[in-house]
Amino acid sequence: MRLNYPPNVKIILVPCTGKVDVIHMLQAIQKGADGVYCVGCLEGSCHYNEGNLRCRERVNHVRELLQEIGLESDRVRMYNLSSGEGPTFAAYATEMTEHIRKLGPNPLKKKPKGN
Amino acid sequence: MISPKLVEVGRHTNIDLLTYSELVELRGEPGNFTAVVRKKARYVDLAKCTSCGECSKVCPIETVNDYDEGLSKRKAIFKQYVQGMPGAYAIEKRGTAPCKATCPAHVSIQGYIALINAGKYQEALDLFREEHPFPGVCGRVCHHPCEKMCTRNDVDQPLAIRELHRFLADFERAQGEPVVSGAEEKRSEKVAVIGAGPAGLTAAYYLAQRGYQVTIFEKLPVAGGMMAVGIPAYRLPREILNLEIEVIRRMGVDIRTGVTFGKDVTFDSLKQDGFKSVFLAIGLHGGRRLGVENEDTAGVLQGVDFLRDAALGRKVEIGQDVLVVGGGNVAVDVALTAKRLGAKNVTMVCLERREEMPAWAHEIQEALESDITIVNSFGPKSFFIDKAKRVSGIEFKTCTAVFDENKRFNPQYDESVCTPLFADTVIISIGQSTDRSHLDGQGIAFTRPGGIQADPVTLQTNIEGVFAGGDVFYGPKSVVEAVASGKEAAESIHRYINGLDLREGRAKEWEHVKPDTAGEAKHGRVAVRCLDPAARECNFLEVSFGYDEAEARSEAQRCLRCGICSECYQCVKACLAKAVDHTQAPETLEIQVGSVILCPGSDPYDPSHLENIYHYRTSPNVLTSLEFERILSATGPTMGHLKRLSDDREPKRIAWLQCIGSRDTNQCGNSYCSSVCCMYAMKDAMIAKEHAHSGLDCTIFNMDIRSFGKDYEKYYNRAIKNGIRFVRSRVHSVDVLPETGNLSLRYVDESGGLKIEEYDMVVLSVGLQISKDTVDLAGRLGVDLKSSRFADSDVFKPVETSRPGVYACGVFQGPKDIPASVTEASAAAAMAAGKLAEARGTDIQKIQLPEEMDVSEETPRIGVFVCNCGINIGGVVDVPAIRQYAESLPGVVFADENLFTCSQDTQEKIKDKIKEHKLNRVVVASCSPKTHAPMFMETLEACGLNPYLFEMANIRNQDSWVHAGDHSAATRKARDLVRMSVARATTLRTLSSKEVSITKRALVIGGGIAGMNAALALARQGFPVALVEKEPELGGFARRLHHTIEGADIQAYLNQLAGEVRANAQIQILTDTRITAFEGFKGNFVTTVQTGAEGRDQTITHGAIVVATGAGEYRPKEYLYGEDPRVMTQVEFGDLLEKKEAGALQSVVMIQCVGSRNEQNENCSRICCQSAVKNALHLKRANPEAQVYVLYRDMRTYGQLEDFYTEARRQGVIFIRFEPGDAPQAAAAADGIAVKVKDHVLQRDIEILADRLVLSAGMAAADTADISGIMKLNRNPEGFFIEAHVKLRPVDMPSEGVYLCGTAHGPKLISETIAQAQAAASRAGTLLSKDVVKLSAITAKLDTDHCVKCLTCVRSCPFGVPQFNTSEKVVEINEALCHGCGVCTAVCPRQAIGLSYYEDDQLICKIDALLSEEVS
Repeated sequence: MRLNYPPNVKIILVPCTGKVDVIHMLQAIQKGADGVYCVGCLEGSCHYNEGNLRCRERVNHVRELLQEIGLESDRVRMYNLSSGEGPTFAAYATEMTEHIRKLGPNPLKKKPKGN
Repeated sequence: MISPKLVEVGRHTNIDLLTYSELVELRGEPGNFTAVVRKKARYVDLAKCTSCGECSKVCPIETVNDYDEGLSKRKAIFKQYVQGMPGAYAIEKRGTAPCKATCPAHVSIQGYIALINAGKYQEALDLFREEHPFPGVCGRVCHHPCEKMCTRNDVDQPLAIRELHRFLADFERAQGEPVVSGAEEKRSEKVAVIGAGPAGLTAAYYLAQRGYQVTIFEKLPVAGGMMAVGIPAYRLPREILNLEIEVIRRMGVDIRTGVTFGKDVTFDSLKQDGFKSVFLAIGLHGGRRLGVENEDTAGVLQGVDFLRDAALGRKVEIGQDVLVVGGGNVAVDVALTAKRLGAKNVTMVCLERREEMPAWAHEIQEALESDITIVNSFGPKSFFIDKAKRVSGIEFKTCTAVFDENKRFNPQYDESVCTPLFADTVIISIGQSTDRSHLDGQGIAFTRPGGIQADPVTLQTNIEGVFAGGDVFYGPKSVVEAVASGKEAAESIHRYINGLDLREGRAKEWEHVKPDTAGEAKHGRVAVRCLDPAARECNFLEVSFGYDEAEARSEAQRCLRCGICSECYQCVKACLAKAVDHTQAPETLEIQVGSVILCPGSDPYDPSHLENIYHYRTSPNVLTSLEFERILSATGPTMGHLKRLSDDREPKRIAWLQCIGSRDTNQCGNSYCSSVCCMYAMKDAMIAKEHAHSGLDCTIFNMDIRSFGKDYEKYYNRAIKNGIRFVRSRVHSVDVLPETGNLSLRYVDESGGLKIEEYDMVVLSVGLQISKDTVDLAGRLGVDLKSSRFADSDVFKPVETSRPGVYACGVFQGPKDIPASVTEASAAAAMAAGKLAEARGTDIQKIQLPEEMDVSEETPRIGVFVCNCGINIGGVVDVPAIRQYAESLPGVVFADENLFTCSQDTQEKIKDKIKEHKLNRVVVASCSPKTHAPMFMETLEACGLNPYLFEMANIRNQDSWVHAGDHSAATRKARDLVRMSVARATTLRTLSSKEVSITKRALVIGGGIAGMNAALALARQGFPVALVEKEPELGGFARRLHHTIEGADIQAYLNQLAGEVRANAQIQILTDTRITAFEGFKGNFVTTVQTGAEGRDQTITHGAIVVATGAGEYRPKEYLYGEDPRVMTQVEFGDLLEKKEAGALQSVVMIQCVGSRNEQNENCSRICCQSAVKNALHLKRANPEAQVYVLYRDMRTYGQLEDFYTEARRQGVIFIRFEPGDAPQAAAAADGIAVKVKDHVLQRDIEILADRLVLSAGMAAADTADISGIMKLNRNPEGFFIEAHVKLRPVDMPSEGVYLCGTAHGPKLISETIAQAQAAASRAGTLLSKDVVKLSAITAKLDTDHCVKCLTCVRSCPFGVPQFNTSEKVVEINEALCHGCGVCTAVCPRQAIGLSYYEDDQLICKIDALLSEEVS
């Protein structure tokens, strides 16, 4: 459909969101990503039954961890949509980007060298 | 989208692609046919062509690009489109151009003219010299028979072909030294040529080119023969001749003048001197005598002698008054030479009338310009002699006829009418003869007229090794004929010396072709500037100046490119792979086949003959829909930029006119609906809106919008929401507004008002039409067609033709869209395969993969291939910059960019690069791995690299397509994506996939028409089938139906079908049976079923599943249904009709779209319009007096159903359209149902009292919640199952090994259901015919040493794959059952489980790589 969404979103392919581990999300935040979100199947229609539900649990866990260390928990989110929903995908990408812009840069992000 | 399919077909080991071919004959019977195939010459060797395109760059011929619907140009050597398969070029030839065929030397005239047009003068001259060594000489003296045949002659005047090659020679001369072509390789054999005239020199030229040692012996003191001593210098300046002879000398030919054959050299002496062969080309240097008394008197000269003496500068005595006897070209030369030598009065006298004179018209003209008097129709009677015994004149007698009735020279005279002419010199110029003075002792044989006797093809004389040619062989002719003869002599001598057959393959008939010149604009010939007649006197200055460069270019452009390919052979030189072969000839192949499938497709309807209505031919802003699609295409003529062809301006308003060439018996005779135009018009309008930079108004003028396909109505609604305007009207005229090029449309709206609207562009939505070629093909094969020209097929056998064993699919079978065509193609394959079941696997080739290289110990050597995807990526992302960037990344040893990385030639290139650079990881930065990764992985395998050492960066779908508006951001993102992929590639490891055997049985769910057909088609292919039906009876919903619209008996068919199913031993029928449990994977499923409510569970093992659960009729809640017995559905009304209980009905109202196209069910139910028409016609047959009203929104009688709609209207069925917002209202009354509806024509409410109100209730999917849940099969919101891909995989389901057909997929007709069922069987058969299935290598692997047996994985796996082995006391994961979701890897607290290809390091490296460079 070639629907536009912000180019700062980069996708990492996993077979199922159930494969996404806490460490993956934390690694991204630690390395300076301003936001992380997992996009899984609609709840109840996971291709692998319930991987998306497990992912949501892990996302929630990561959000708690972030809060504990004083970061905005909402830098990490879970979204659900079906594979035929291109417009929704684009809408979520836009929504997440605008949301993260409001939060501002990840404070863990290294300062550019020389400054 | 089609690209991977093309590549798959092209790469398939067991598909022989015969392109440029046609089936000419089919002999034999089903199972044992002989197909006779004529294969056109491609002129490019498929095995050698690398598709590099260099040939196309040098080709000087531009012709119409059919692929762009004629909107752009392409070269004569071309690739139809970039992803084309086979991925090789081809040359388009219409045939030999008339000029080349007519030229005695067969110079590639169109070729050198094309090269002049391209400014390649040297190449043009080289091409000329390939066939003719005298471009300059013949550029002046040739009698150019080619020009007479020139096609331009049919339009205005012929091309000045001769002047053009003269220009080339003059141009070269002006540049300095002429080009001398060296010999291929020097040879030791010596050849003697007797006579240095054009024939002898030509033979020497081509023999020298072949490396022979050639010596020419010439009697005269100069070389050139008649070119030097016959043709006067004012016509052929000597420096031109000498320069061209000098070229021959420099090639190593030894020309010895002043040597007389028969005197100075003889055959014997030549033999002694080691000459292997001799070519006699001594010309005709003797004159012909009149045979009149006193002919030898002083003052009487022979023309040839006179010209020779004049040419050699010898003293020639002529007086003041010269009489020239003769009317040929030589006589003219004699007269003009006499004039230039000082004669005051020159008179030519000849037997012929002016129009009969053998001299060419332009020569006669030149003579007249030089004050030569020409006296016609007189022959010499006697000479007058003066006192000094010198001639003083001739007494002429009247010649009454020159030729007799047999056109033989036989002059008749009337001696009663004589006239004297006085002169002091008489020159006889009536012909030439052989000067045999020294020849007679040589033993050479002569013909009766006095020439040397030789074979007309080989030129072999009576003496072995001695050949003769030129004038002495065939009589007086011009230079170009001598050249042709000399070339033949060279060929004969070469063959003679090498002991080859002299005759083989030489007697070629030259046939030529001419293009149609209708409508060709006139463009006059460029005149040649000449010396003023007054300036020609008393000198031998060249009369003609020839063309300068500008004149030559202007003249060359007049060429009509008759042969298309000009045979300039530049492609041959440019092709480094040596793939171009202009000598290829058509081939006829005989192929043994068991079945034949016809899918010749259709042509778009050509609206040219409706010019007075639509101005398609004259207005560049009126396009066909296909042309408009090319405009929208990134690879099209405007590179996807939406613009008008008249002024390159972006249009603001575009109108689509529907049903051009469809639903129209009036203008074009195509009564059918083409089925696809409504959807493509909407699609094109939507895309055009996306492409427009500043708003675009799109209006689609239609009669009905027919969005009847699955989910198509949703698209229609989207189009409306998107602002596309739909106007219900057939536009009756289009006027071109001359000042703007805009189009003014006049139409009548629904209320009858005349409207005029102006548009920037008009798109004609042209329908599908079977081409004449296809009609001819069907005729040759004995396949019957309907009057609509589509294949004639039975409703219940949709893909079978009238000839057994021959199947039809696609639009040839009937107008249809892509999903239906793809489905039907599979159906045809199933039917064809059913016939061949016994022979399966007997005549195939197996792919031999090379042994896999062990790269586990090697450091990563990554190759990155960045794709431009035409301009899909390259138009947005800076691809060269990405390639460069990739080169800088760690581990990358090679990076490249490709136009289409998925094309066949690029696969070869990738293989080469893997080998060349010893790559052990490959990254392709292109599109989606979903569609393309398997193909690239095969490429890796084909050169011994493990396919999992591959990674894709999706810089199209995830980048260029979605960030098209910001090129620099897209390029930055592409860098990120490529960097991430390269990082991941470094971590990839070799994986191997397990092979598991296949259970060769299918499970078919549903025993309706779809299920039974699928079961039968599978059983016929030899596979056992379990057919599960939840009802106690087979038949499904069809048991409630009676006849198809065509009148076919559904119950009879159903009984016969069920009978066949029952009788087939391969089919196990399980009625009253439900599915209770399901597990397994493609090739190995286990399904548990329960028969009857109390029955025991039984398990079925099978390799494939066909889902055919069907659908039923929607039970309406609208219009008093269920409340009043006079309100019924179409199916119920069908029962009434069938029971003959409807005959008394006087008035019936039908309401369409009940339960369809509304908020609850957005989709169209596809079949209800035809149901209404079918039942309306049935009622009309039963009671012609009955009034039938059909209240509809759009009549969707697509395809050939349209004919029934037309028939219904003809029968008086009244169709009333209503708007969804103005839906009809029904109220029960004592004497009927009162139906109120707003009539769209009258624009007011009308009320109809109906005996029966029939509701066209839509189709409702069967309740499949249980099956969908148990088998995990996805359904859409309406409850129909979802296919894997609408167009590419229309009968596959997303889960592998599961196939879908019938109304379980969506509403459809019985014939469509049958085709789809056969298609599903075909797809299932493809899987079942394999012995093993390759499992995914992407599975979870447990490191037992690290496992603490916490059993979290056992509890977490959604498929229960990890099991605790109680005897071994370990957890085990069965790879064959693992789905590869990775849930276990994430839950394992010890991280003891890894998911191959998605190991933690393989994911984290991507995160690290992404974030290693600061994102701005």
